[in-house]
Amino acid sequence: MIAFGQFLEVLVSGLLAGVLYSLVALGFVLIFKASGVFNFAQGAMVLLAGLALVRSLDFMVGKGLPFWAAIVIALLFAAVVMAITAWMVERFVLGPLINQDGLTLFMSTIGVTFMIEGGAQMLFGSDVYPLRLFPSDAWFLFESSFPGGILVSKIDVWGGMIAAVLVVGLALFFQKTKTGRALRAVADDHAAAQSVGISLNWIWFIVWLVAGLVALVAATVWGTKLGVQFSITFLALKALPVLIIGGFTSVPGAIVGGLIVGAGEKLAEAYLGPFIGGGIEYWFAYVLALAVLMARPQGLFGERIIERI
Amino acid sequence: MRKLTLALTALALGATAMTGPATAQTNEQFIPALVYRTGPYAPNGIPFANGVADYWTLLNERDGGINGVKIVFEECETGYATDKGVECYERLKGKGPTGAAYFSPLSTGITFALTDKVPGDKIPLLTMGYGRSESRNGAVFPWNFIAVGSYWTAADVAIQHIAKELGGFDKLKGKKISLVYHDSPYGKEPIAALEARAKVNGFDFKAIPVTHPGVEQKSQWLAIRQDRPDYVLLWGWGVMNSTSIKEAAAVGFPRDKVIGVWWSGAEPDVTPAGDQSTGYKALMLQHGPGKFAVHADLEKNVVSKGKAAAKEDFAQVLYNRGLINSMIGTEAIRTAMKKYGNKPMTGEQVRWGFENLNLTAARIKELGFEGMLQPLRFSCEDHQGADVARMQQWDGKAWKTISDYYKADEKILAPLVKENAAKYATEKKITARDCSKES
Repeated sequence: MIAFGQFLEVLVSGLLAGVLYSLVALGFVLIFKASGVFNFAQGAMVLLAGLALVRSLDFMVGKGLPFWAAIVIALLFAAVVMAITAWMVERFVLGPLINQDGLTLFMSTIGVTFMIEGGAQMLFGSDVYPLRLFPSDAWFLFESSFPGGILVSKIDVWGGMIAAVLVVGLALFFQKTKTGRALRAVADDHAAAQSVGISLNWIWFIVWLVAGLVALVAATVWGTKLGVQFSITFLALKALPVLIIGGFTSVPGAIVGGLIVGAGEKLAEAYLGPFIGGGIEYWFAYVLALAVLMARPQGLFGERIIERI
Repeated sequence: MRKLTLALTALALGATAMTGPATAQTNEQFIPALVYRTGPYAPNGIPFANGVADYWTLLNERDGGINGVKIVFEECETGYATDKGVECYERLKGKGPTGAAYFSPLSTGITFALTDKVPGDKIPLLTMGYGRSESRNGAVFPWNFIAVGSYWTAADVAIQHIAKELGGFDKLKGKKISLVYHDSPYGKEPIAALEARAKVNGFDFKAIPVTHPGVEQKSQWLAIRQDRPDYVLLWGWGVMNSTSIKEAAAVGFPRDKVIGVWWSGAEPDVTPAGDQSTGYKALMLQHGPGKFAVHADLEKNVVSKGKAAAKEDFAQVLYNRGLINSMIGTEAIRTAMKKYGNKPMTGEQVRWGFENLNLTAARIKELGFEGMLQPLRFSCEDHQGADVARMQQWDGKAWKTISDYYKADEKILAPLVKENAAKYATEKKITARDCSKES
């Protein structure tokens, strides 16, 4: 019974951790789905959004503002910072590269990553800044069935609920709004979209803005979990296997991919790790991703690309 | 704004150092600083780098340098990455009129890489409280100075403290002690000493790795929750430390049964976890936070003149460690000057200075470090110079010293140093020096 309880505990914590990875992966999906650009800078955007939020929040609380008012203003300030970032990326990086191939655009986002990381730390500092928006203690469920119960972190549950709201919101945005449909048209073919009057510059600004806002949401959860700090950028590496498994173009895929990665890596660490030295969860996620890549290169939910030659 | 000022200061310092070759004939001693002010480990790297820089500035401002030789320094950002550390080393080793006096990489990984390089370049490595534990053996490692304490010292003292809490070494038998460690050369260092201790004292030892940078530890702490060890030792760095404390709290593991190494016992390690850190304990590399006589000198000669690298971390644990690191390095240069004259020293001369450094209690008091450091004396055989440590506990607001000095058990550690140094010598085909013939 203890062994089963332990298994359940690891599984649940893995699934919930996976949902938090999905929060970061969603930003990648958005930009790729709408512009065909693999945005390497998504992790750096989470850092920038988090720093802008926590530093402005600390500043206003220090000035004596009530916490609820400070949090609203801080969220608005962080959103403005992400909007400025989106405008600058479109104006100075992607705009001049219209109609260049995907690899060129991808390389440009690597440059954007380092600029955002350096700029964010220079403007807002490189310490660890605690953020306490959600409870960080845990529930112990089914204590009568399992000795010690099943541990479930409250912040992970909050993350799961936020991810669910985001997915529904994004699905509606892509399917039901004119801008959402325009984003999908741009993703299919830049030149064709331009020919029917869609402004590429405007669309790219919108998509980077939405990805920036998703980064801000991810930063609220991850910032509460870890404190806002540089290491948040490493989440981008966690999102990669999620994307490979779920598919680069699917919002639900990012969630399912996250669940598979989270549960897979935690179970592997708990049950396989002790036999091969431990510390395997970081690379085990990529083992899972490779396995999916072999069987289904476009990911579980990705669009199959057929090119006629 | 502070960061911007820092960046501009760093640029200005770089520009100053770049004037080195042009003023090669002037009395300037070049000391490089391998730092990390950005990246995942910056919260811990910044206060240390500030302490290092401020002590050198103090000597220049108050004394006009070391015996009239002005200190010129340049920072190089490593980001705690070994490849960047080696790149910085190569770029800075030849700077200044006599080249780099010594290097302090503040990274066990970079130390491992540079240990192979420094004998060829004849530049000493000062690795205070980190690096290869067996490099205490100066006969095999003539260029390494693992001052004040090694990870084996730390591991041994941690077990001694646990034994004291339990009521004696005999009470360790049958107890479970787990090590949660950064999966890197740094984190792996204490394992040999802890295994040796487990054999002697009969406790059950388990090592649990955490992958860099340590933001994901849920599986490890769920395993701890199931395994229920009596104590957890924490060998983390940067974000890993506060994450471990948060995870310990989440699984309900008592914080006063978690003992961190001295690189897991500074303010940036506990403040991000808030109240969850209360009760957490950590080793002290002899010193803790707080102001001592040297701080009064710093306030008068550096801070009040607006020349301090930073103010927020003034007198914090890692800032103080940076001060001590610079003090030991500059005292080695001063010792070398007694033999070679008051002029810029070469790395080889500074190495001699380290090996003959004798920081007595009186000298430590004279330098303003009384209360921060016990007497320290290097020799040809012993490149550690001291092997004592204390314990501190976070009370929710500040670190409080909770023990007197423990002395590491040489009966357990000396054979480990000897055995591992001999193994290294065989691997690298090094002929150990005969210290009885050294002057």
